[in-house]
Amino acid sequence: MNRQDYVLEMLEVSKGFPGVQALDKVTLRVKKGEVHALMGENGAGKSTLMKILDGIYKPDSGKINLHGEQVSIRNPHDAIQKGIAMIHQELSPVPAMTIAENIFLGRECHWHGFVDKKRMLRETGELLTQMGFDLDPAAQMDSLSISGCQLVEIAKAVSYHADVIIMDEPSSAITENEVAKLFQIIRNLTAEGVSVIYITHKMDEVFQIADSATVIRDGHYIDSRPIGEFTPETLVNMLVGRELKAVYPKETVPIGDVLLEASGLTRKKQYENVSFTLRRGEILGVAGLVGAGRTEVFESVAGLTRPDSGEIRMNSNRLDIRSPRDAIRNHIVIATEDRKGTGLCLGLKIRDNIMAEVYTDRFPNGFVSEKTVAETCNAEMGKFNIKAPSINQKVGNLSGGNQQKVVLSKVLLTDPEVVIFDEPTRGIDVGAKSEIYKIMVDLARAGKGVVMISSELPEILGMSDRIMVMCHGQVAGFLDSGVSQEEVFRMACGQTGQEGGESFGK
Amino acid sequence: MENKKNRTRELIGQFKIVLIFLAMCIILTILKPTFFSVSNIINVLRQISIIAIISMGSTMIIISGGIDLSPGSIAGVTGIIAAMLSSSGMPVIVPVLAGLLAGALCGLFNGAIIAKGNIPPFIVTLGMMTIGRGLAYVLSDGKPISGLSSSFLVLGRSSVMGIPVPIIVMVLAVLLTWMIMDKRVFGKHVYALGGNENAARVSGVNVDLVKIKVYVFAGLMAGLGGVVLASRIATGHPNSGDGYEMDAIASTVIGGTSLSGGVGTIGGTVVGALIIGVLNNGLDLLGVSAYYQQIAKGLIIIAAVLMDQKTKSKTN
Repeated sequence: MNRQDYVLEMLEVSKGFPGVQALDKVTLRVKKGEVHALMGENGAGKSTLMKILDGIYKPDSGKINLHGEQVSIRNPHDAIQKGIAMIHQELSPVPAMTIAENIFLGRECHWHGFVDKKRMLRETGELLTQMGFDLDPAAQMDSLSISGCQLVEIAKAVSYHADVIIMDEPSSAITENEVAKLFQIIRNLTAEGVSVIYITHKMDEVFQIADSATVIRDGHYIDSRPIGEFTPETLVNMLVGRELKAVYPKETVPIGDVLLEASGLTRKKQYENVSFTLRRGEILGVAGLVGAGRTEVFESVAGLTRPDSGEIRMNSNRLDIRSPRDAIRNHIVIATEDRKGTGLCLGLKIRDNIMAEVYTDRFPNGFVSEKTVAETCNAEMGKFNIKAPSINQKVGNLSGGNQQKVVLSKVLLTDPEVVIFDEPTRGIDVGAKSEIYKIMVDLARAGKGVVMISSELPEILGMSDRIMVMCHGQVAGFLDSGVSQEEVFRMACGQTGQEGGESFGK
Repeated sequence: MENKKNRTRELIGQFKIVLIFLAMCIILTILKPTFFSVSNIINVLRQISIIAIISMGSTMIIISGGIDLSPGSIAGVTGIIAAMLSSSGMPVIVPVLAGLLAGALCGLFNGAIIAKGNIPPFIVTLGMMTIGRGLAYVLSDGKPISGLSSSFLVLGRSSVMGIPVPIIVMVLAVLLTWMIMDKRVFGKHVYALGGNENAARVSGVNVDLVKIKVYVFAGLMAGLGGVVLASRIATGHPNSGDGYEMDAIASTVIGGTSLSGGVGTIGGTVVGALIIGVLNNGLDLLGVSAYYQQIAKGLIIIAAVLMDQKTKSKTN
């Protein structure tokens, strides 16, 4: 292969942090105009490698060639100058500014220092239309949903006219039909000679969009090939370094009595007349499009918000849940979809996060015994296989999968009867995913009621005993496991085939 | 190995502020040997005692993710109340308890409005700062109150085994706060609240109640500071405690507490208060004018936070 064919080469790049060698001689070669998937479990070093490319970190050794010439990238601004743009996994919009202002942040159109708002709005409008996003350039960022913010990030990266665009989990928060649009945009970009480094945990996306893939594991380079030479099985094996038996370790356990019963739950502008039952030993999957009200319903069940009307019964007793505290007391817990926003105190240690819900109960006289805390947390670290140097590690320094396990450890310590998982595997690697599924199965086997809200249909179909489908804030219906993805899709879009087809772009 | 190195670095980061404090002491001792005399050290401790007491509340509030601009004024009004009761001949316990109660009530006002009204602490405590000062003037009619009972003056002016009472009160206040923040469930909830209020709420922490308690505690500490101050200067002066909130915040911040909440220690704040005290005392001893001392204090606040920031970005 001629060296000039590579627009970007990262050669034997190493980077160590105190206590961990994040990258050990990792090589990544990207050709002009290709979609190159960068694959690895959480904590494998993908983000570190990309942060080096974006100039956020300096490599300890190794070199970076752009168009065959060695370069050093000083900071993200320098990276953009050199033709490298990045879509970050963690979105960082300025909420009080408009879409146009966010896209032009740091390079505002101006006339002798006076901001040219009209031009920014016009150019943003053109960009969004060209990309097929139905967004108003003058809309405030904080009026957008997470998926809207994600689309703006994508538009922003495209607007830099970069040679290489890094997309870190770009599809994690957007709907199926937006993913289709994203893929179209990617194909247009590569047709123009732009290279895309695509990071995702979703296998099907890799095989749909990527031309080639590089696999890294535990900071080491494993392999790099054209995508045709991989199969999903070989790829998964390379990622985790072991054979995964079943992706969904669902077991059939006896379904018991009705544990939780909701009837007529209504909350203005969020959901309407929602009724469902949850039995002991059951895993109830909750499917629906983004914005269908799935999260909102179960946030009310868990006391984060209060429904305007309707009632919730547990073991036939009516519950009056006014706060998360009330819910926890009634043995209803939620692992929220937003780990950073509502799940964890990232600046605090693992121990203080794990213990957060049970400090009061475990230490009724108000005095904390550090010994008990250490024993409990060390046991939890082992039980949930949380990978960290010690329980004193800051949660913010852990990978997504380990953070999620800390969340689960925290909520399960309260000895709940009903456990609500909201997007439990978002942004989590294959290995951690199956561990989390295992936890659900264990809960079901122990006779608990499990609710799993998820946007990943394979996961819904693979893990649920029953599927509750929501659409426009209402329950569209219940399906048994064993239905096809298409049936769930159709119901989630308001059942009539045509409408559904349109909404999903299929 | 790597782990150990990391741990050491972290420890050095934590104790950096202590090292700076010791370095200041050594330099001052070399320049002015009288600095390191028992009488001068006691002098420094007594000078910082009231700020240190008040800063216990400020530290708790800042760790909880809030801010308090009112403790100086609360100290002012509680000092007036204590002085009025003392000069009217009440037994010492009455003015002391009344002062503490008044402080706690001011804190309750702050906390209740912040938690239930959902108004930023900066605004509420800014209001309380003005209200407190106004109350002090109204109650005293703008005039200093003197003629305090001799038993009341014990609190600020006498010593036990050579140690001035304000220092003893300070030590007790520090121990109490340290116990609450480090050993009690409540302290864990304060850290969680400052670390991520939403996560704390979802975790079942009664966020509103924790907030209210934090401000009540800070009010109590401001009240204690105000009572000791009135006794120390043997006068209820409506202007006393003016600007103390800034010294309390400065001690907290120099001591490594993050203004964004969730991070900080009581020990750090004590060292922060000591650094301000030693700086003032040392510059006095060296004959530097009080005007320059202000500038030095300002610079050291900025320098301390700057260094803290550097250490943090290294360990991350």
